[in-house]
Amino acid sequence: MQQPRLVVIGNGMAGARTLEEILARGGDFAITVFGDEPYGNYNRIMLSNVLAGVEDESGIFLNDLSWYADNGITLHTGTRIARIDRAAKRVHADDGTVTPYDKLIIATGSRAWVPPIPGVHRPGRGYHQGVFAFRTLDDTRAMIRYAREHERAVVIGGGLLGLEAARGLQNHLSHVTLVHAAGHLMNTQLDAQGGAILQRSVEKLGIEVVTDALTTEILGKHAVTGVRLKDGTTIDCDVVVIAAGIRANAEVAQASGLVVDRGVVVDDQMRAQGEPDIYAVGECAQHRGETYGLVAPLWDQAKVLADHLTGRDPEAAYHGSRIATKLKVAGVDVAAMGLKEAERDDDETLVFSEPRRGVYKSLVIRDGRLVGATLVGDVRKYAFLMQAFDRGLALPEDRVELMFDLGGPPAEVSAADMADDAQVCNCNGVSKGTLVETVHGGCKTVNGVMDRTRAGKGCGTCKSLVQQIVEWAAGGEVEEDPRASWYVPGVPMPKPELMRAIRTHGLKSVSSVFATLVPGGEEDAKSKMGLASLLKMMWGAEYVDERDARFINDRVHANIQRDGTFSVVPQMKGGVTTPAQLKRIAEVAERHSVPMVKLTGGQRIDLLGVPKEKLPQIWAELDMPSGYAYGKSFRTVKTCVGSDFCRFGVGDSTALGIALEERYQGIEGPGKMKLAVTGCPRNCAEAYVKDLGVVAIDGGRWEIYVGGAAGAHVRKGDLLATVDSPAEVITLTGRFLQFYRENANWLERTYAWVPRIGIERIREVVVDDADGIAADLDAAMAESVAAYRDPWKERAAPATPGQFRTSLPLVVLPQVPVR
Amino acid sequence: MTTRLGPVDQIPPGEGRTFAVDGDMVAVFRLRDGSLRALSAVCPHKGGPLADGQIDSKVVVCPLHLNAFDLTTGCSLSGLPGLTVYPVGVDDEGHIVIYSEVPA
Repeated sequence: MQQPRLVVIGNGMAGARTLEEILARGGDFAITVFGDEPYGNYNRIMLSNVLAGVEDESGIFLNDLSWYADNGITLHTGTRIARIDRAAKRVHADDGTVTPYDKLIIATGSRAWVPPIPGVHRPGRGYHQGVFAFRTLDDTRAMIRYAREHERAVVIGGGLLGLEAARGLQNHLSHVTLVHAAGHLMNTQLDAQGGAILQRSVEKLGIEVVTDALTTEILGKHAVTGVRLKDGTTIDCDVVVIAAGIRANAEVAQASGLVVDRGVVVDDQMRAQGEPDIYAVGECAQHRGETYGLVAPLWDQAKVLADHLTGRDPEAAYHGSRIATKLKVAGVDVAAMGLKEAERDDDETLVFSEPRRGVYKSLVIRDGRLVGATLVGDVRKYAFLMQAFDRGLALPEDRVELMFDLGGPPAEVSAADMADDAQVCNCNGVSKGTLVETVHGGCKTVNGVMDRTRAGKGCGTCKSLVQQIVEWAAGGEVEEDPRASWYVPGVPMPKPELMRAIRTHGLKSVSSVFATLVPGGEEDAKSKMGLASLLKMMWGAEYVDERDARFINDRVHANIQRDGTFSVVPQMKGGVTTPAQLKRIAEVAERHSVPMVKLTGGQRIDLLGVPKEKLPQIWAELDMPSGYAYGKSFRTVKTCVGSDFCRFGVGDSTALGIALEERYQGIEGPGKMKLAVTGCPRNCAEAYVKDLGVVAIDGGRWEIYVGGAAGAHVRKGDLLATVDSPAEVITLTGRFLQFYRENANWLERTYAWVPRIGIERIREVVVDDADGIAADLDAAMAESVAAYRDPWKERAAPATPGQFRTSLPLVVLPQVPVR
Repeated sequence: MTTRLGPVDQIPPGEGRTFAVDGDMVAVFRLRDGSLRALSAVCPHKGGPLADGQIDSKVVVCPLHLNAFDLTTGCSLSGLPGLTVYPVGVDDEGHIVIYSEVPA
């Protein structure tokens, strides 16, 4: 069978991108492309860099002519299509040639819109001498050539393109004035205040800005000498650049009888209205009433069209794009998404303005969700806000955290500004350059890059920066990784779906989960630990324990150290011990020459450097329960001395801490759980920065904070509830931990989970029982509590052959120094 | 020449154990399908004990920094030097055997 013929009108970013997507899906077409510019395909966005002299012309080409040849694409450059014959399925070019098609894609893009100002054109000569549009490579070249020999430029249009043009022109001549008809700069994206602050920053760069200034005439007989504004003032100049906006190139489509409004009207498959075989993508397309002038929607459209045309997913549908932009406009960072101003009476608006530094931030919140954001001069919160906007995430109670990082990691720098050798991942020593290379090498998912480079695989604090760099390096081509939503990397399901499937099939062991839920039944080493924890939580005593599913720490109930030895931390509830206990620990440490004895951050004693084969003996001699200092589990409850001894204490924090630890000891979860109880708001036990922290306040009451952290990430917990008795603290603690265990992602600590779900929602479930599941949560937790067995009792009869046999190689290893 | 390392059931299914073979430390893994794999026992990254790592049918993951190695080829999946692979099998009496040459 003959290959179907695919014809593309337009050789811009949309057309070429769609072809790339089609080829990537193995689409089998005889492809012909018509472009009216005489070049291969280039990145129009970079024209402002060419104008500014920071990018060479050759650097902006995306697909050179050999790409077309290599992929068997017939390219006709400098050829304009005059007409589409829909009935005969042929396109007619200006040069008289006729090309038949089976499928046709219109990707004609848009052109500069030139307002009807007297003097712009000279009869029979096109633009007046010295007047330029700013749209194509030819425009840019001509403008540079002319500007170099002249001194004063006026740019008409104070949007993104106008600002870029003004900044670029400063490279070529001494005086640039920006004339804008609206009341403030970038009025499509920014509100008046933001526009005014941007204006100040732009003026500092030496660009004069005139707003509320409608240009009524271009002056000059032979060449341009100035412009006249509506109020009668004139501005002298010898170059005029018009950057007043763009209009879709839809004339050919219209003349050929297609439905055209502001662009070619298309459906969710990018199909022109009423046309089975004609499609439109990019700036020339109008989808659900919207035309887009940015690159991200174009990528989305190209994917949908490619899925549809190649049959990969004939039902692929484009649902429109939520526009979020982050740009460096004339050297000033600007980001905008969604609404720029409140629209309804009950919309919440947050504004921060610091004109001196050129910083402006404004957010619009509706029903607790972010619906709009504008950032000028400081866009560090962009990635966070974009996620909140895009996914409708719950917002922090303390709204100021939306605008600023409070107690967060040190100030982030933008991905673009970082030096190539700057270290991004401080755990695994990965530089920005390595990340960028990996992306350019073809790995375009955040997880994929993290897997290959190991960046973000240590403490994880750099993940958001890694994400920013990958996004930046991929230039808007970041691919969504479906695995990002899976609970563990080897089973293709998010947590709720996975738990449902486990229940439906009654899967009680890790191997049965792989066999039943993974296509092909393939097991995955990196998924075992997460599944083991989940199954144990779900099935309690019914869980079928397969030891190979456990991480080494959980096989031998101790934390592996850098030299392959282990650390032993006995339980010391609430950090309270006795002389007898201390003596026993001391004797054991001495008898076995334990290389290091150290107090932990959780108020316990750590015996470090214990060989695996000695673990059972040491546990026997200590005769204390495990302190669980090795698992993704409930760790310890840190306390202060409370009311018994402290003259400030208003509640018995030590007794409550011990009671909590007694009840919830060893409970496994998606991440470790560190708790604290403190006897007064002086907070000596650091309860504000724990997964769950309890603070005694005057009047016999207790505050419960959740989602705090003071590790790689620092966060003050959110107040969950204030209760009247220790009994209520114990109940709510169990209920909160169970809700967390059932809903958090694997390795997601409460400091990430609580803000993701939102403290209001957690309070609804845990405190107010709005969903009616409190009793279930309590019962599930009680079952886990009842299933507790001290793992250090395993010493007498090992669970597996050779459980405590050394794996230590007999080679010299870096030793932990003995002090 | 072959080296016998004792009964195969000293390695629980899905786990690994370290053995000394001719002065080398060898980690022997017993896959869940019953087959064996044998590799050098020391992670070339920071000397981690690979026999303490978790495995699936394809890779072992070092317990220290989660570097993964192909169980069959010894190749690193994260850019580290590879591991030596030892031909391994079970003899008629159910004993683990390391072959110095691949049996015909």
